[in-house]
Amino acid sequence: MELALSPEDAAFRDEVRAFIAENYPKEMRVPNPETDLTKEQSLLWHRILYKKGWIAPLWPKEYGGPGWSITRRFIFEQETSRAGTLPPLAFSVTMVGPVIYSFGNDAQKQKFLPRILSGEDWWCQGYSEPGSGSDLATVRTKAVRDGDHYIVNGHKTWTTLAQHADWIFCLVRTDPSAKPQAGISFLLIDMKSPGVSVRPIITIDGSHEVNDVFLEDVRVPVENLIGEENKGWTYAKFLLGNERTSMAGIGRSTRYLDRLKKIVKAEIPADDPAHLELSKEIGRIELDVLALEATELRVIAQMARGIDPGPAASLFKIRGTEIFQGITELTHRAIGNYGLALREQPLSANQFMPGPDYIHTASEKYLNARKLSIYGGSNEIQRNIIAKAVLGL
Amino acid sequence: MDIQFTEEQELLRSSVQRMLRDQYSFETRRKIVASEDGWSRRQWGAFAELGLLGAPFSEESGGLGGGPLSTMIVAQEFGRHLVVEPYVETVVLAGGLIEHAGSKEQKQAFIPDIIAGQKIWALAWTEKGSRFDLANVATTARREGDDYMLSGEKTAVIAAPWADYLIVSARTAGKRDDRGGVSLFVVDARAANLDLRSFKTIDGRRAAEITFRDVRGELLGSEGVALLEACRDRAIGALCAEAVGAMAELNSATLEYSKARKQFGVTIGSFQVLQHRMVDMFIAHQEALSLMQHLNLSLGAGESGISRLASGAKSKVGYAGKFIADQAVQLHGGMGMTDELNVGHYFKRISSINIQFGDPAHHLLRYVQLDAAA
Repeated sequence: MELALSPEDAAFRDEVRAFIAENYPKEMRVPNPETDLTKEQSLLWHRILYKKGWIAPLWPKEYGGPGWSITRRFIFEQETSRAGTLPPLAFSVTMVGPVIYSFGNDAQKQKFLPRILSGEDWWCQGYSEPGSGSDLATVRTKAVRDGDHYIVNGHKTWTTLAQHADWIFCLVRTDPSAKPQAGISFLLIDMKSPGVSVRPIITIDGSHEVNDVFLEDVRVPVENLIGEENKGWTYAKFLLGNERTSMAGIGRSTRYLDRLKKIVKAEIPADDPAHLELSKEIGRIELDVLALEATELRVIAQMARGIDPGPAASLFKIRGTEIFQGITELTHRAIGNYGLALREQPLSANQFMPGPDYIHTASEKYLNARKLSIYGGSNEIQRNIIAKAVLGL
Repeated sequence: MDIQFTEEQELLRSSVQRMLRDQYSFETRRKIVASEDGWSRRQWGAFAELGLLGAPFSEESGGLGGGPLSTMIVAQEFGRHLVVEPYVETVVLAGGLIEHAGSKEQKQAFIPDIIAGQKIWALAWTEKGSRFDLANVATTARREGDDYMLSGEKTAVIAAPWADYLIVSARTAGKRDDRGGVSLFVVDARAANLDLRSFKTIDGRRAAEITFRDVRGELLGSEGVALLEACRDRAIGALCAEAVGAMAELNSATLEYSKARKQFGVTIGSFQVLQHRMVDMFIAHQEALSLMQHLNLSLGAGESGISRLASGAKSKVGYAGKFIADQAVQLHGGMGMTDELNVGHYFKRISSINIQFGDPAHHLLRYVQLDAAA
């Protein structure tokens, strides 16, 4: 399914396609790019896109964005995900970058934006805390003013790739007496500051993606406050809106579906009833993908005409994650007994995994994908949002 | 896939909407369904006058050249109002077959009367045991001079009791379920040796069991061309549009009800379990709408490989419709069970659409098998 493109946009699509084919680093084509790459390896593509001027499609031109239309942004997103490229770190480019250029002061823009674009700074997100779950406004990490500094004490958790991070953007409580949403500020903290420590959280797939981040008497210069004190909730919500865009994940789901079909073909004889049984379930998911893709194109076409899509992002988050979870589940089922095997982490070259290559990451993907319906505002929260904003309930 | 409608298409939509709002209330429909004939010739005339019956036909055939997208627009609104008159049967099925396969003489003889609302048509293809297989045809056609003599039985032919003409599938070669040996014939519904027994359908329409004993028929196009397959794809485009229209009405009725109906001192719409259910109904409708539009756009563009997409859409829209209809009745509680409320009637319409030309499970299987064959 394709957008009806003007000749110029079609030429742009071809350009993007060719650029990926020629430039995507071979070192990044590993069994599971999300867990198997070192920090340096995962930044290779980032730097190539930076050089090309394509690293931050969302950003306005004045801050280093490419100045693309909505349609071109969508084409870029579609082509990079169809080609299976690892997207640049979202916490830097998609999340904190837009907050800084939208609400930060000139000094902050000059200091941080170029380093985000170049990949020099790796950012992580300090939103969640133990006990806060989807209810982010319960932030307990405290920042107390002391002259030109805030003294920050608290505990952030589920912090993705904090082990690589140079900076963390944090929600901190600056006014304990105000209502939960009103006393929050948005603070940028250097991970090298004394008092910051990171402890890995190993998830059920065995991988180390997320962390606890402890902040003990961390001195943060006041100049690292974004916008106004106690207005952090506004900036946090703005950021969450960005987080949920392009969550439909059509390109990724399509690639995994193609792979799944090949696995079924290789693993189960065509005349085995299990083959048909599985094929029908795959067919249903394939139709879910097709319908979601058609919905996404419909929304993109509306946005290109200046129509506000409302909370369409919530719909994409819900269905995109449900679909991808379904695909990883079917893949895990398709490999039968091999589904018992799980790669050991951390990886090493002499580990033994049974069965053909294509099954090696099936178990870990299946396990890891459980997170999708939980993070970024759980799917139940997304349903609350649609119920309120669309249905008026 | 930009679905920005043209000005003409928007005009078509708003004029259908206005007409149905003014002339086809649920109470009016109830009277039509309860009438002796079970449909309204007057209403059909009004559709013709508004240009709805000619909208999809080419300008060459005397139509407005709107193609599948105009059918989609009309069918979606008809679905919202549960229109019982045989639009799909006459315009999409028969009209489409005549336009795509008929000779020049046949087009001239039949299409103007369809556009003018003078003649009603029905398509007789289902047989006992054929289930959803277009090629499974036992009815035979024997050549006799310029014409053919048809013998056999057709079952559950929707709108046949209202029809002036039937298009009948019959075997001219091969054995039962041989795809290449099925031809189509135009038969006068009042022809000699044609026996028609009428019955009511679950969605308030009429259908018939038909027996042919040497009934005279006129060959449509040429012998043994698998015309019904493309016809099914077009039918699915229209039926999915109707279903999506019905789903939209069910969702808004359910939402409205949940905001008014009180239990335990609060509106039932304040219960999170029901809110989430209605969100899922909303999403199901959005997805069905997108896929249905995608199918009709592809039909309109005359793309190849449509048949697999048509089956996919019939399946996905069918399951979505079933989910929404089930939940709409459930959330309306006892009221959803009553004949008085329109909700149950939408439920029945969606159930009927889900059977026509194959149910969601049948089309899912077909979608999968066409992929394996590719």
